[in-house]
Amino acid sequence: MESFVHSLVKAVPVLSGVPMWTLTLTAMILSAAVLLVFALTFGGVGSYVLRKVAGDIQARIGPNRVGPNGILQFLADGVKLVLKEDIIPAKADRFLFALAPYFVFVGSFAAFVVLPFGVGLIASDLNIGVYYVMAVTSLVVVGVLLAGWASNNKWALLGGMRAAAQIVSYEIPVGMALMPAVLIAGSLSLQDIVRSQGGLLGVFGWNLFHNPFTFFSFFLYFTAAQAETNQTPFDLPEAESELVSGYNVEYSGIRFGFFFLAEFGDMFVVAALATACFLGGWHIPFLHAEALPAFWGNLLSLGAFLAKAFALVLVMMWIRWTLPRLRVDQLMRMAWKYLVPLTFVNLLGVSLWLLIFKGKGIPQMIASLFG
Amino acid sequence: MLTEFATVLVFIVLGAVTVALMLGVSRLLQPRDQTAVKLSTYECGEVPFGSSWVQFNIRFYVIALIFIVFDVEVALLYPWAVIFQRLGLLAFVEALVFIVILMAGLAYVWKEGDLDWVRAMQENPAGKGGK
Repeated sequence: MESFVHSLVKAVPVLSGVPMWTLTLTAMILSAAVLLVFALTFGGVGSYVLRKVAGDIQARIGPNRVGPNGILQFLADGVKLVLKEDIIPAKADRFLFALAPYFVFVGSFAAFVVLPFGVGLIASDLNIGVYYVMAVTSLVVVGVLLAGWASNNKWALLGGMRAAAQIVSYEIPVGMALMPAVLIAGSLSLQDIVRSQGGLLGVFGWNLFHNPFTFFSFFLYFTAAQAETNQTPFDLPEAESELVSGYNVEYSGIRFGFFFLAEFGDMFVVAALATACFLGGWHIPFLHAEALPAFWGNLLSLGAFLAKAFALVLVMMWIRWTLPRLRVDQLMRMAWKYLVPLTFVNLLGVSLWLLIFKGKGIPQMIASLFG
Repeated sequence: MLTEFATVLVFIVLGAVTVALMLGVSRLLQPRDQTAVKLSTYECGEVPFGSSWVQFNIRFYVIALIFIVFDVEVALLYPWAVIFQRLGLLAFVEALVFIVILMAGLAYVWKEGDLDWVRAMQENPAGKGGK
């Protein structure tokens, strides 16, 4: 951020009279506002795409009334959520009930700070990037647990408790499955992790193809992350057919809307992390984005990053409408008896590979064979 | 360094302000017509039966304890992962010892049946695991 402001002052001499901190603060607020608009739009458009994808998969039409092909449906939904009466049940704990959406939404939105959207497009390249995302997204658990407890509703309480057990359990496989990317890059910063996957190998520079263990850990991560964001087949906290709607059953109007937006925000964060750690982030195959002029480099790398992340979001939706829901004991068994041991073995595999082959991946070794 | 983390603060504040602002706007636009029935707790249309703030078996007490141990482990392994390629074999052996000890713990908990959501569903309820 500081280097950006310095270059801005150099480019526009008029600004040199303005105090440094004002410029920095303005730049921060602007970047936060841009990402906020992105997160809200993604939630809206995502909800439309989700229903359209559901319609296609289930051989029905999906939303098709508002606007051409139903494309404006999400705007109608947004207006409706704002205009709906906001009801807090008489028996609920009013303070905690009101507090829960803040935790859920802020926890999901704060993760956007470190997402590397392009060569220079990152709100703040924290040196603890991956770690930070794991830390702030666990705020969502607090919010969900608060919502479940404060509602004073049996469905909500069961949903909240299930959510806590589930998110907490799957946090370990998620953390362990992301570690191979950190091992290879030797840094927690997401920009460093993305840069470590560049090179002229095209798609084979990606961590996904580095060695068999990293290939496997991408799928481990994607499975565990699907569970951590409460997506079907792991959507037990919501489970509309048994728990009605789970922890958010008493929420109405825009308060419910924030749970909804946070869910989509989490979906994007998961897809973006998978992209940054395993699918080469903003790298464009066979094109060196960093060497291009700043404007084109940023624009093209942004396009590449969003294309990869959106493709993963679509895969998540596809899984969501394909697989049936697990039972709660199967869910816990999946986390503790399969994913946790597998991610540990996988981590040891990656580190052993790096030790034996001096950090080189299979594509690099093949490339060096041909000179 | 500090400005990097100040951005995080700006994001958190802006996120919270957005929630508050949207709630405020919604408050001005929405109808207010609250009746006792509307404010009652939803229980599939039945008259709500008692409070839901009762003591009940949350099931995952032991799992929560195991989680803390493993979460600390993940937290410790991240710094290890960052400098692993510089330290080499020594770091690998250290992590191996660390992970093997934890896996032994997991194996013990697994054998005791604490990883099962419903203990009564075990094959041998009279055995060591099922009380």
